[in-house]
Amino acid sequence: MNGICLAASHGVGVPLLAGLLSAPVSVAHYLVVGAVLFTAGVVCMALKRNALGVLMGIELVLNGANVNFVAFSSPYLQGSGAASLGLDGQVIALFVILLAAAEAAVALAITLNFYNNHATVDIDRAEDLKG
Amino acid sequence: MMPLLAPPLAAINWHSVLFLLFAAAACSCAVAVVLADNVVRMAFYLVLSLAATAGLFFLAGAEFVGAMQLMIYVGGTLVLLVFGVMLTAQAPFVSIKTSAGDRVLAGMVGAALLAVLLQAAFRVESWRRPALAAEPAPTATPIGMALLGVRVDAPADGTPPDAVRSGYLLPFEIVSVHLLVVLVGAAYLARAKRRRTPRSIDVAASTVVPDAAAGAWERPGAAGVRR
Repeated sequence: MNGICLAASHGVGVPLLAGLLSAPVSVAHYLVVGAVLFTAGVVCMALKRNALGVLMGIELVLNGANVNFVAFSSPYLQGSGAASLGLDGQVIALFVILLAAAEAAVALAITLNFYNNHATVDIDRAEDLKG
Repeated sequence: MMPLLAPPLAAINWHSVLFLLFAAAACSCAVAVVLADNVVRMAFYLVLSLAATAGLFFLAGAEFVGAMQLMIYVGGTLVLLVFGVMLTAQAPFVSIKTSAGDRVLAGMVGAALLAVLLQAAFRVESWRRPALAAEPAPTATPIGMALLGVRVDAPADGTPPDAVRSGYLLPFEIVSVHLLVVLVGAAYLARAKRRRTPRSIDVAASTVVPDAAAGAWERPGAAGVRR
């Protein structure tokens, strides 16, 4: 804390941090977090060759969407004039969590089946249908 | 020292401090999932990222969703995923490397996507205006009643107060049946497979299928023949 105050008194890049620490959180803050999670998930899906890594990317993408839903439904984050989703966003976030659980169960079963048949989890080896 | 310290300390918004803490944990662990090569480490970073996201939900006033995130996602789905990792983590598959060209390309695509999303996040002006004072309201009861089809929460802004608002009974039923069907299907897909043997009436004891000689693992090419 001391370092923050000292740096805020005579720093250049740190006023941004001081502003972040003193300003109240808005929806845009949450949207940034959701965007980072979504991007990490998309890159993870595209990049990983392990089938379970692709699954983890899907989880990250769904989680980024959930962050956005909760942010838009929160009464703490938006000004009084702005339209808020109300409770609907939270209920949709719950449904997303449930569907993610279902999707993970099926995808894991498929992955284990693939592993039993091919003795690998490298999805580049899944080329039986290649023409 | 104290008069220098006191006003900024009073100006610090602890909600923002906690938000920054959880947001940094969630984002850094998500990036670590992408950068890690070892699948076990990826699973661990994913657990941390999702738990930090649950903290963000608590900070946004959605305590029921945050608790469900911790219980279902972190406690259920990711444990399932870790079981998958353990079942398939044979030595050559623990870390499968991606080529450097693919990494650079994915980094560029990810940076472009992030730039577009961030620009969209800061575009709307009302999203940057936080609420000044909101009364805290517990959300577990309104969510439970909404799932039963009765809305007891305050209507969202812009809705007339006497408007009929739909509950979530039908989506709740659909999701529960969906979950049941999916779990039955997953159990069917992942069951231990028995080799198709000829009927036991025809071949009583004369021909024993050499199961053990064929081995528990198939050759990669023989996958389509088996079922």
